[in-house]
Amino acid sequence: MKAPSLFEELANVLPRDCLKIADEDMRPYECDGLSMYRALPKCVALPEDEKQLAEVMRICHAHRVPVVARGAGTGLSGGAMPDPNAVLLSTAKMMKIISVDPLACTARVQPGVRNLAISEAVAQHGLYYAPDPSSQIACTIGGNVAENSGGVHCLKYGLTVHNIRKLRVVLMTGEIVTLGGDGLDSPGYDLLALMIGSEGLLGIVTEVTVKLTPKPKLAQVAMASFASVETAGAAVGEIIAAGIIPGGLEMMDQIATEAVEGFVHAGYDLSAAAILLCESDGTPEEVADEMARVSEVLRKAGATDIKVSNNEAERLRYWSGRKNAFPATGRISPDYYCMDGTIPRRELPRVLNEIARLSEKYGLRCANVFHAGDGNLHPLIMFDANVEGELQRAEDFGAEILELCVEVGGTITGEHGVGIEKINQMCVQFSPKELTRMHEIKHAFDEHALLNPGKAVPTLHRCAEFGRMKVSQGKPMPFANLERF
Amino acid sequence: MIETWQQQIKAAAAKGEKLAIKGSGSKSFLAPVRVGLTLDTRSHAGIVEYDPKELVIVVKCGTRVADVEKAMADAGQMLAFEPPHFGDDSTIGGTVAAGISGPRRAYAGAVRDFVLGAKVIDGKGDHLSFGGKVMKNVAGFDVSRLLVGSFGSLGVITEVAFKCLPLPKAQATRVFEMDAATAIEAMNRWYAEADPITATTWVDGKLHVRFAGAEPAVNTAVQKRGGEALVNDVDWWRDWREQRHAFFASAKELHRVSCKSTAPATDDMRTAIEWGGALRWVHADEASAAKIRYQASRAGGYASVWRGGASTHASAAQSLSDPLKDIHAKIKASFDPYNVFPSLSSSAGEGARQGG
Repeated sequence: MKAPSLFEELANVLPRDCLKIADEDMRPYECDGLSMYRALPKCVALPEDEKQLAEVMRICHAHRVPVVARGAGTGLSGGAMPDPNAVLLSTAKMMKIISVDPLACTARVQPGVRNLAISEAVAQHGLYYAPDPSSQIACTIGGNVAENSGGVHCLKYGLTVHNIRKLRVVLMTGEIVTLGGDGLDSPGYDLLALMIGSEGLLGIVTEVTVKLTPKPKLAQVAMASFASVETAGAAVGEIIAAGIIPGGLEMMDQIATEAVEGFVHAGYDLSAAAILLCESDGTPEEVADEMARVSEVLRKAGATDIKVSNNEAERLRYWSGRKNAFPATGRISPDYYCMDGTIPRRELPRVLNEIARLSEKYGLRCANVFHAGDGNLHPLIMFDANVEGELQRAEDFGAEILELCVEVGGTITGEHGVGIEKINQMCVQFSPKELTRMHEIKHAFDEHALLNPGKAVPTLHRCAEFGRMKVSQGKPMPFANLERF
Repeated sequence: MIETWQQQIKAAAAKGEKLAIKGSGSKSFLAPVRVGLTLDTRSHAGIVEYDPKELVIVVKCGTRVADVEKAMADAGQMLAFEPPHFGDDSTIGGTVAAGISGPRRAYAGAVRDFVLGAKVIDGKGDHLSFGGKVMKNVAGFDVSRLLVGSFGSLGVITEVAFKCLPLPKAQATRVFEMDAATAIEAMNRWYAEADPITATTWVDGKLHVRFAGAEPAVNTAVQKRGGEALVNDVDWWRDWREQRHAFFASAKELHRVSCKSTAPATDDMRTAIEWGGALRWVHADEASAAKIRYQASRAGGYASVWRGGASTHASAAQSLSDPLKDIHAKIKASFDPYNVFPSLSSSAGEGARQGG
């Protein structure tokens, strides 16, 4: 008798509407937030619970078929881009909030629960889930764990890795493990930290215990104008030097404020070369104290104008501009490409000047929004994909920015992940031996390299080809998505 | 120094010999049994880079924790995980390798939460660098955090970059007489109600709560909660952190229980509670050890022998499930294929039992 096919076996463990094999049904899954890379998977599996998910993994493992995990598909680095030879496994149907413990300040949720839905569900207890990526209305906690997502408040409240207590994870073999615990540490190596930000290469998360944070009683934001990006950058350093860790500290350059103001009318000073948004949160006494100190520091640092929000509506309006910077850029340019390097803050003037130079070199405009407190830059390169060669120029421009970030002592990705997008730049940031160690770590979890192949950690062969191509022709290799050994 | 160590490790690997990584030895009582020549990390010391405005400090492994804390305090900053020293010459390398955090852990985070990057010489003699020296970095696997708490089993941690935080402007400690169950409830509830708490300890029928932050916030919290003021609270918390409090001295055998912060109190054994309820110290003997382990696992955590007996803290991974044990073994084999360094399972406890 013929052995059952992969599809037959999957159909046996998944309800009918949870397995999609027709091209038109798989089309919605062909890309994530990095929409320039598209492919149709072998099939799409949408398990409804951990048991079904583990069965899917066991079957794929037995058939030696790769698996690409996907949350809401809002990722910006192509980490969830399908592979034609792989099953795309979506956790979208696993969206239950299992339990909330308001006394211990924790919640147990399934991976498909949206980031913001957690905060909404626990708001009645005066709590929230702190990491707030801009896509929080849509992105899922499972995806946040895979990417170690940040947000605008992470200097004070931490990244995903600082806000997760425990994970249940299905390994490629279908085995289920628990990482972390209900306490604050667990025996052995810190596999919980290793799993967070592993971009779907080590296992699939089926349950997340998050740490909840007491909601500050009050938040207020100061908006300061500066005549140059250098003085704005220096002001950020002065705030930190004064012993203040603001709840949020963001910077936008003039191109970004102009784009935003036409879109949401946030009330930004368009005559300023750069603006800073500095949020203070806590008890009313604490906020009043901190805001007074922040305003003084900003004035001394050369702010030409300072406005402090007088009420919650005004605070949200100031933030709406920053939070809408990406769609606003999309309004003034047919396409844009968002970069994500992190640099030591003192290098900001040099990096921004260099970005301006590259902008001229490639003939493409670039707006800069910046998680200033933690040095995470989001240059938004504007281009038109319908103009021959512009996409390629945008990608080359982006690649040069990332390599510049490494050169000044920073990193190619602060919060969006490597995915497929920055895989070549990993060869710039890490040595062959360091990359090999990462492959060995993956092997410890996934012996046959079936989880999200070709993403996040490049093969040495790929690095060698990338290096050679870069030297000889000055452009990325052809068929850059093709797996090579 | 790095090259000397690399050669030493390569030579040991070639000859099938073992090396024992050691700083000042302040946490030896927790570490795996040392076999072979000692590799003393104290010859690689100093602050590599410190720019308070960047909130980052980069330190060589053999640097005294006290020296790092002094440099940071001069700039108004701190290592927010409040590392226990357990000795005047305790080193940064040992602090990271042991992964032990102090009273502020439940409120600010653990050692691993403040590690931004680390360099390590593995068992093949390769000097590798993971993470970085910036606040946000998701390039590649988070290997630098994996090294925290690895007790020298994966290699010599040569350099670590930490995130720094400002010292709080104000601090006050209040003491409340209450039983353990009431204290556990209070620790959890007050935190959930957004009090600016940075440490909690219940010992000898008294709950000690340290409020710290902006002065107005501390004053408001103190007024709201009442209690008695603790004079010299800086000294009290230092003694507690260093386990010089009488509670520790009087323990014949001390067990450490990491558990859910709301886990019920056990009143049949002498206990102290900190970290908002998530860390319990229990005076125990051989007869009660199994019961403590059972209760810890029921409370979503685990127990280990800390002092007094042979420590099982580093080797607690032996209680993990088979797939996790397998992953541990493969990670160990990848960093240290020739077993130059001790494994987590050759803990002080194992060695002592084997030895006698």
